[in-house]
Amino acid sequence: MHIETPLFKQNARSALQDPQLQRALGGLPGGLVAQRAAARDRLPEFERLRDAGRDLRNDTLAMLDVYLEMYERKATEAGATVHWAETAADARSIILDICKSAGARLVAKGKSMISEEIGLNAHLEASGLEVVETDLGEYILQIRGEVPSHIIAPAIHLTQEQVEADFRRTHTSLPEHRRLVEPAELVGEARQVLREKFLTAEVGITGANFLIAETGSSVIVTNEGNGDLTQSLARTHIVIASIDKVLATREDLATVLRLLARSATGQECTTYATLSTGPRRPGDVDGPIGYHVVLLDNGRAELLGSRFREVLRCIRCGACMNHCPVYNAVGGHAYGWVYPGPIGAVLTPALIGIAKGANLPNASTFCGRCEAVCPMKIPLPGLMRHWREAEFESGQQPARQRYALKAWAWLAARPRLYHVAMRFAAAALGAAGRSKGRFRWLPLAGGWTRHRDFAAPQGRTFQQLWVEHQRGVPQ
Amino acid sequence: MTARDAILGRVRSSLGVKAGDQRRAAIAAERMAQHPETLVPDRAKQAGPALFAQFRALLEGQQAMVIEAGPAEAVPQAIARYLESIGETTGKPPAIRFGSDARLAAMPWRDVDWIDVRHGAAEPGDRVGLSHALAGISETGTLVIAAGRDNPVTLAFMPETHIIAVARETIVGSYEQALDLVRGAFGGSGMPRTLNYISGPSRTADIGGKIVIGAHGPRRLCVIVIG
Repeated sequence: MHIETPLFKQNARSALQDPQLQRALGGLPGGLVAQRAAARDRLPEFERLRDAGRDLRNDTLAMLDVYLEMYERKATEAGATVHWAETAADARSIILDICKSAGARLVAKGKSMISEEIGLNAHLEASGLEVVETDLGEYILQIRGEVPSHIIAPAIHLTQEQVEADFRRTHTSLPEHRRLVEPAELVGEARQVLREKFLTAEVGITGANFLIAETGSSVIVTNEGNGDLTQSLARTHIVIASIDKVLATREDLATVLRLLARSATGQECTTYATLSTGPRRPGDVDGPIGYHVVLLDNGRAELLGSRFREVLRCIRCGACMNHCPVYNAVGGHAYGWVYPGPIGAVLTPALIGIAKGANLPNASTFCGRCEAVCPMKIPLPGLMRHWREAEFESGQQPARQRYALKAWAWLAARPRLYHVAMRFAAAALGAAGRSKGRFRWLPLAGGWTRHRDFAAPQGRTFQQLWVEHQRGVPQ
Repeated sequence: MTARDAILGRVRSSLGVKAGDQRRAAIAAERMAQHPETLVPDRAKQAGPALFAQFRALLEGQQAMVIEAGPAEAVPQAIARYLESIGETTGKPPAIRFGSDARLAAMPWRDVDWIDVRHGAAEPGDRVGLSHALAGISETGTLVIAAGRDNPVTLAFMPETHIIAVARETIVGSYEQALDLVRGAFGGSGMPRTLNYISGPSRTADIGGKIVIGAHGPRRLCVIVIG
């Protein structure tokens, strides 16, 4: 997928001024927030489950090599063909080769963020294959020539009216004046159009929410049922999964499933969770004849040995973006690559490099909501802070920003000097702002005061107030 | 070096471990043998009427229909009444399809000989699919189908209406208990080709965030409880 992360600031600015986008975003991620909270409240063990989820993912990552080998062995025993891909390019060519030897012309696809990460569709299409996204949101994006703006609700940035216009524009074989007023009518039309594709596709490609080492199974978790049609109707099923998706046992899957849907949409569980183990067996009347799994590294093995290891616990629920004030304001496209929101702010620099991804860990207020809701308790703000340090250490920031940070670091490392300077600054600003209690403009802080006032200090620093408070309290 | 070796090598170097470490292999083997449950919520530990009431309430909340049919012999009649209630019997005679599941085959379909009973995998024109579940799970209102020859997976996704028969004694509290039944049927780490957890008719919220029932899979899910 094309990388636009360096343009985050421009993209965010235009997103804020896009009335259509703002209307689509209005309330939607917020609705998911309320639904998650309600689901959490219905399950008293929810917070303890988060600890359990974190621990079991940590245990699995610490043994990742063993579980990957075990997964491969069990999947192979069940008749799967397991492929290993070091890079996105390797994965693309492996998948294209499978499609070619399966004689594919039409490829049906279930929703997969990994396929976005490796730019799969464009690669297959360049070789003359027709690729059809079957998740409704992904299908809408495909006919618009767009990419997902959310990892579980890919078309969250679009309004119903936009979808209606797209369907009228592309489904030209249907009657021109048909009724498309209710969401159900739009869904019905997509169902009808895509059913044809499911039945004709020679190859079905899905992602995997998880892989299970114990049984060699791939797992998809969906509500629409499109992934199941994709993988059971085509003659060949290809699963594309990154190496961090491995769980040890089916019991571990149970724990993770208890967290996933509740965190994502506030459902007790999704409509479907499907464990696939190998191809069609003797006597079976349906299911794929060929079953391939492509295990993708693309930087994750190295991530495992870095201070960002914890991000590999992610189960892609999207709760962090739903709860992120920055994501809610600008939407997912502004982030400029596959993974938006707080998880994207940590994962993207790891996958495409801090040189291109530096804007994203800076696009956070560090309010901490993402970490507070993450079902895997990934310390997202802390990891973003590591990236900010890495960016500083790499020396890419503009000179002025670097000098300011250096000056600040110098001062902050000298407590006595710092207190004097702060006392002076607080007193001076307090005196200057006493009449109005705020500043509409401040030297060196134009970026702040252009959009909002700066509250005037009361005249004393927090440290001074704290000392007085401590003295006032009886020992 | 193959891609496989390169990736596993990088994983090991990141973890600071060596290939063929017997101690780590033993930890993994132990985990497989014990397959410990992590944390089972209290709601999954209910029994008797409370367990069933929760199963039913959650499924209904997920827009599924739950019918208590009584003995297995009464299932065809119950299905006939259900098809009538959803308008499948108006116009041409209704048809349903199921696989080679012996429990379904043993039911008295002659009682409802005006229903066209077909077998095999789903075909594009099919309107009603019937499967027999391996288990039900009360904690989330979920049916577990071990799909294969007996219960072809396509029957659960292609027809507009999916009916799942489940024996009352196989409705358990938790996913972990259902997995015991899977192990009972397929042994150790054995699995059916497809294990489906199904918790309602298909749905989407991809258009304007509004929930619509009936996306690509069935528009209706009916659970028939036997016994």
